[in-house]
Amino acid sequence: MTTEVAATTGELFSKNTQSFIYNNQVKATQRMLDFDYASGRETPSVAAIINPTGSDGFSKFFFGNSEVLIPVYKSLTKAAKMHPHVDVMINFASFRSAAPSTEEALDTPQIKTVVIIAEGVPERKTKQLTAKAKALGKIIIGPATVGGIKAGCFKIGNTGGTIENIIESKLYRPGSVGFVSKSGGLSNEAYNIISRNTNGLYEGIAIGGDSYPGSTLLDHLLRYESIPEVKMLVCLGEVGGRGEYDIAEALRNKKITKPLVIWVTGTCSKAFKTEVQFGHAGAKAGSEAETADAKNAALKAAGAIVPNSYDDYDQKIKATYESLVEKGGIKPEPEPPVPKIPMDYAKALKEGLIRKPSNFICTISDDRGEELLYGKMPISEVFQQDIGIGGVLSILWFKRQFPSYAAKFIEMSIMVTADHGPAVSGAHNTIVAARAGKDLISAVASGMLTIGPRFGGAIDGAAQMFSDAYDRGLTPAQFIAEMKKKGVNIQGIGHRVKSVNNPDMRVTIMKEYAKKHFKTTPLLDYALEVEKLTTAKKDNLILNVDGCIGICFADMLRNEMPKSEAAEYIQMGALNGLFVLGRTIGMIGHFLDQKRLKQGLYRHPWDDITYMSQ
Amino acid sequence: MAHKAIREADGKRMLARLFKDYSNGKYVISDKCVTVGPDTDMTELPNQYKWLTTEKLVVKPDQLIKRRGKNNLILVGANYDQAKKWIEEKAKAPITIYGKFDADGKPADKGTVGQLTHFIIEPMVPHNESDECYISMMATHDGDAILFYHEGGVNVGDVDAKASRLEVPISTVPTAAEIEEKLLEKVPVDRRKLVSGFIEALFKFYADLNFTYLEINPVVVTQNAVIPLDLAAKLDNTAEFESGDKWGDIEFPVPFGRTPTKEEAFVEDLDSKTGASLKLTVLNPEGRVWTMVAGGGASVIYADTITDLGYMNEMANYGEYSGDPNEEFTYLYAKTIIDLMTRNKNQKGKFLLIGGGIANFTDVAKTFKGIIKALSEYQQKLQENQVKIYVRRGGPNYQEGLMQMRELGKRIGVPIEVYGPETHMTKIVSIALNGGN
Repeated sequence: MTTEVAATTGELFSKNTQSFIYNNQVKATQRMLDFDYASGRETPSVAAIINPTGSDGFSKFFFGNSEVLIPVYKSLTKAAKMHPHVDVMINFASFRSAAPSTEEALDTPQIKTVVIIAEGVPERKTKQLTAKAKALGKIIIGPATVGGIKAGCFKIGNTGGTIENIIESKLYRPGSVGFVSKSGGLSNEAYNIISRNTNGLYEGIAIGGDSYPGSTLLDHLLRYESIPEVKMLVCLGEVGGRGEYDIAEALRNKKITKPLVIWVTGTCSKAFKTEVQFGHAGAKAGSEAETADAKNAALKAAGAIVPNSYDDYDQKIKATYESLVEKGGIKPEPEPPVPKIPMDYAKALKEGLIRKPSNFICTISDDRGEELLYGKMPISEVFQQDIGIGGVLSILWFKRQFPSYAAKFIEMSIMVTADHGPAVSGAHNTIVAARAGKDLISAVASGMLTIGPRFGGAIDGAAQMFSDAYDRGLTPAQFIAEMKKKGVNIQGIGHRVKSVNNPDMRVTIMKEYAKKHFKTTPLLDYALEVEKLTTAKKDNLILNVDGCIGICFADMLRNEMPKSEAAEYIQMGALNGLFVLGRTIGMIGHFLDQKRLKQGLYRHPWDDITYMSQ
Repeated sequence: MAHKAIREADGKRMLARLFKDYSNGKYVISDKCVTVGPDTDMTELPNQYKWLTTEKLVVKPDQLIKRRGKNNLILVGANYDQAKKWIEEKAKAPITIYGKFDADGKPADKGTVGQLTHFIIEPMVPHNESDECYISMMATHDGDAILFYHEGGVNVGDVDAKASRLEVPISTVPTAAEIEEKLLEKVPVDRRKLVSGFIEALFKFYADLNFTYLEINPVVVTQNAVIPLDLAAKLDNTAEFESGDKWGDIEFPVPFGRTPTKEEAFVEDLDSKTGASLKLTVLNPEGRVWTMVAGGGASVIYADTITDLGYMNEMANYGEYSGDPNEEFTYLYAKTIIDLMTRNKNQKGKFLLIGGGIANFTDVAKTFKGIIKALSEYQQKLQENQVKIYVRRGGPNYQEGLMQMRELGKRIGVPIEVYGPETHMTKIVSIALNGGN
C-alpha cells in the first residue's frame, strides 16, 4: 500500500501568512510574535486568538519593543469573517475537543492548514479528519506535535523554543535545508545541527508521534521536493510503522530527487527481550519490517544517505551540504545581521541584569508563597493558635500580635459597635438604599458614607481630645474650661437619654473590662474625673459609649506600644476604622433585613417636610 | 499509549453484552465466560456460575499469550474439578512460553519466562474442525482492513499471505455484498449470508468501540451459527473518553513475562499522576550504563547509540522524562534510577548519562533541580560506586541548568562532565564509553 500524495503541495507558509490560535495560549503566541519580529515580518503571524470559553475582546502582546492588540473571538466563524486572509489554524484544544474544533476549521473554506498540538486524539478521529482534509485539498500537521517552522517566515506555536534558541539556530532567516521528523524535541535538536553544518534550515516540520499522523514524513518531503529553494532534505524516522518504505519507494520512482539524509531511530529495540513501548505512540515494531535496522537498510538501498548511527548524522549532513556547495547547487549568502530582541523584563530580572524601584510597598501580608502570611504568621498558624479576629486585626492594623486581653478588647469593641438600631443615619441610609433596589455594596456604602464627625466619629474624637489634654497636663477642670472657652463640645461626653442614674450597659461592660485587664488605665481614669465634673452640672453629661471605647482603646494602645506610635495610629484614623468595621456588621444586617422583608421604594411623606419655597 | 491489548475474557464480555445491538438482534453471543485471577475463590465460583459444574469446559491462560495451543496451554473438555486442578498446577510456578515453533512442533526460540496468573473458563463448543475459520480486523493508515480465511485454528499458518483482505476506507462500513464478494469466495454458498452479516456487525462493533485490532481464530461457522472461540484484541486507549462506557470495567494487562519490577511499577504510578511523561524499563540491573534522558525521541537515540557502540549488554535501563514534570516528580524519578544503579558495586565503575536534546518549552534549570536534589542525597553511594556522570542538554534556561550541574560536581565530589547544544547530542555516549572516540 502506498500513501497518497497530499493534495496540497508546495509552500504552506510565507512571510505574510497569518494564523488563528485556538485556545488562549499566551506564551506560545508571544513566542511566535518574537520570532516574527526577529524575522523582520511586518505583521504578527497571529491574526486572532479563538477562545471558546471566553468572550470577544483583545489581548496585549509585545511586538519587538512596542505592544500590539491581538483580537480574541469566542467563535472561529466570527474570526474567519473578520480576518478573511487567514489560512492557518494552530489548534491547542485538548485531546477531547481537538477533533470537533479541527473539523470546524476544515469546514471553514479559507483555512488550508490545521496544526493539532494535543496528544491523545483517538486514532479513528484523526483518520476521519485526515480523509476529510485530503478530500478538500487541505493539510493537517499533527496530532501530538509541537508544529514546525519556516525560517524567517512563520513559526508554529512553541516550535524552536525561546527566542535565544531561534537566534542561536539562525531560524530568523532561510537556508536551503528541508527537514521533517516525528518528534518535536528532536526537530529542535536537528535545527541546531543544521545551523552548525549547513547554511541553515528552510523549513522544518514535526509530524507528531502518533501511529497515523495527519500528514506523513513523505508528504512533507514531497513538498520540499517541489520547492526550488530547498536544496537538500533531512529526515529523522522512527521504529514502527511503514512510512519510511514509502520514502524509499519515492526515491526509487524519482519522486524524490534531491539528496536526502535520513536516519531511522530505534536500532536499540533488538537489545530488548520483550516489546518496549518507547516514548511515542507509534514507536513500536509490530513486525521485522518495522524495525529501525530494516528501514535504514531499505532507505540506503533506495539511494538515501544513511549514517551508521545518529552519532554521525551531523557529519553526513555536513558532507552532503559541502558537496552541494562544491557542485554549485548552493551558493552561500553573506550572513545578515543578527536581530536584536529586547529581553523579557521577568527574565532579565531573574538573571539579575536589571533592577527597578518598586511602586508599591507592603509590610503586613504576603500572598506569594505556599501559604498566605498575615505579618509573618502563616494562615494555618492563625487557626492553630486561634488568635481570633482581634489577633488578626492587631497584626494587620498594628503590625504586632497583641496579647489576648487586648485582642479580646478589640473584639468587644466590634461587638458593641456592631449596631445601634435602624434610626441612626448609617442604618437609615442603608435601609433607604436597599429599598431603592440597590445591591449590597451600594446600600452599605451609602450608610458608610455618613460616618464622620457627627456620626460614629466621637470614638476617634474622644480619644484625641482626652489624650491631648492629659498629655498637656491639664487638670480635668482646666480641660473643661478650655473647651468651653473654645465653644467646642467635649467628644465622648453626653447622651440623649442615658444618665448617671440610668447608666449605659455598654459603657459599664467596657469600663469594667478595662479596669480589670489593662495594666494601667490613665486616660480612662482621667476621663472619669472629667465625667464627675460634667455630670455635676448636668445628669446626662456622662462618658458615653463612643468616648469609653475611644479612651480605653487609647489606653490599650499605650500599654502595647510607645506613646508616640499610639498617637500616630489615632492620628491616622485607626479608631474610625474600628467603628466602620463594627458598624458594617449592622448595616449588612439591615440591608438583608429589608431585602428579606421585600420592602418597596421608600418615599418620604410630604407632611414630614416643611416646604417654604413660596 | 494508543494500541493496548486487552484480555480475551474482556473482549468476549463486550461481544456478549453489545453484539446484538450491532446486528439488530440477529446474532447473540454467549455470555458464559469466567475470569480466574489470583484473588478468585474457585470454590465459590460455581455458586455464581451454575454452568461451570454442568457443562464440559475449556480453560486457557488469559495474558496476551500467542500460540497457546502449541505451548500446550489449552485444556479442553474438562469438568470443573479438573479445570480447578489444572489452573492450580499451571499457576504454581513460573513457566516458559515459546513464540516460534518448527515444523515438528518443537520450540524454535529461547522463550519467555513468566508467571501465569489469569485464566479464562468457557463451556466447550463441540464442532467439526472443518468449520473453523479465521477473521481479523486491524487499523491501517487510511482506515481498516478485514482479513478472512475459510480455515482457522492453531494451524492456520501465514494469514498475511493467504487470507482474503478487504480494505475499508475510514468512515465507511462494508456492505454484506462487498464482504461476500471480497472475502467469502471459499465459503459454502449456503453459509455466506450468515457469515457476511456477522462480519458486517463485527466491523461496526470494532469501529464504534475504537478497537485497533480484533482477531477471532478460530471462529466456528456452521449453517445456522457463528461462534467465536479464541479472541485477541487491542483498543485505542486514547478513545477512553468516547468508548470507555462501552468497554466496561477492563484493564490493560502487561504482556506475559513483563511483570513490572517494584521500581518500574513505582514510575508507572508516578506517570499516571502527572500530565508529564515518566517512563522506566529496567533491562539489566547489573548493567554499567544508566540513562536519564529527557524526551521520547531523544531517549530512543541514546539507547540506539549505546547499542551501536557495542554496549548493548551493559545498558541497564530505558526511560524518559518529558512534558515538563515538576521538581518533585523529577526528583522521585531520578532517585529511583540512582538508587537502582548504586545497589551493587562494580569495580569497573558505572556511567550515568543525563541526556537530552534542545527543549522547545521545558525549563531545563527547573527540571534539573529535582535531579540535583536526588544526586546530592546519593553523594556517598555515587562515590562508592565510582559513578561518572555526563550531562548534555539545551533549551529554555539551559545555561543556568548546566552551571548548576557543574557546581554540583564540585560540591559532592562526583565527576560530572557537562555539555550544551554546541556538542552533538549523543557525543556524551562516546565520551563516556570510548573516551570520545
